[in-house]
Amino acid sequence: MNPGMEGTPPRILVVIPAYREERTIGGLVRSLRERYPYDVLVVNDGSMDRTSETAREAGAIVLDLPCNLGIGGAVQTGFQYARDRGYDTVVRIDGDGQHDIDDIPKVLEPILAGRADAVIGSRFLGETEYRGSIPRIFGIRFFRLLVNLTTGYRVTDPTSGFFAINRRLVAFYSDHYPSDYPEVDAYILMHRLKARAVEVPVRMYGREEGKSSITAFRAVYYMVKVTLSFLINRIRRFG
Amino acid sequence: MNRVTLFSICASAGFLLYILEMVRRRKLREEYSILWLAGSVVILVLSLRQDWLVGLAHAAGIAYPPSFLFLVGILFILLILIHFSIAISKLHQMNKKMAQEIALMKETARDASSGDRIVNP
Repeated sequence: MNPGMEGTPPRILVVIPAYREERTIGGLVRSLRERYPYDVLVVNDGSMDRTSETAREAGAIVLDLPCNLGIGGAVQTGFQYARDRGYDTVVRIDGDGQHDIDDIPKVLEPILAGRADAVIGSRFLGETEYRGSIPRIFGIRFFRLLVNLTTGYRVTDPTSGFFAINRRLVAFYSDHYPSDYPEVDAYILMHRLKARAVEVPVRMYGREEGKSSITAFRAVYYMVKVTLSFLINRIRRFG
Repeated sequence: MNRVTLFSICASAGFLLYILEMVRRRKLREEYSILWLAGSVVILVLSLRQDWLVGLAHAAGIAYPPSFLFLVGILFILLILIHFSIAISKLHQMNKKMAQEIALMKETARDASSGDRIVNP
């Protein structure tokens, strides 16, 4: 889908879900605002520290969820904001410094060129120095296989939270977005919409602050839950 | 009348009255009382009509008729629990929607009250 009318630049919103990221969110928002002309939206997922104030002071628009909804619910609120305010494209990145903001143009390019509805940054394409824990790598391989077998998307990084989507997907995700590991489930939704997805190589770093929302203990639970949700989405009706 | 029959009549009748009273006092919504009421009525009827209970137990291949009462009780409890899981999922969904609406509305209000926000074309 082509953004905007002739002459008007596409309106781009960077969405950052944040839960207790007061240490890193300010710097991230500031460098985004310095580097790019895009609006930055931080969705504070019910954290009671200074995440919200820090982000606002750094120049972000901030949505404060009154309670913790989990990553999917928080990101979805960002999509709803983008839909309501008429943004053309949403870029979603993590608030913990895991994603390199220098890669944003790479993630945007195929959408702005009208070649894709979704562009996913992959840490496994091109040369990579990414080192994950064993359960995480196992999980990624498992989901890669699941996505490949059921949707035909040949993804390398099915759990990547660094992606950009166009208006059409923003509108759809505003109404239907999964709660845990939403990125894996999203492939089923994209498959349903016959969305064109492109993966681009990006750099990802270990987390600077805070702990990952995925610990080894919860990995198995999430794997079962996501697999179930994924397979059910395959046979679900979307009204 | 044997003791197990007497016991199940008293228990199911008492339970039935308790549920009705809770609904009357609006402590329990009608929609959540239906399965409880149905379960206790079925058990009460089967306790009063021994011949029906024996017939049904026999048809189900259960040698000891009161066991059939347990089976009925367990089935109703299962139904009620599924009903609860569905109700909780619905509440979860509604809660999420409301939290999202609140977050969006707070931003709209902030946007409107401060004069120097981003002005979108």
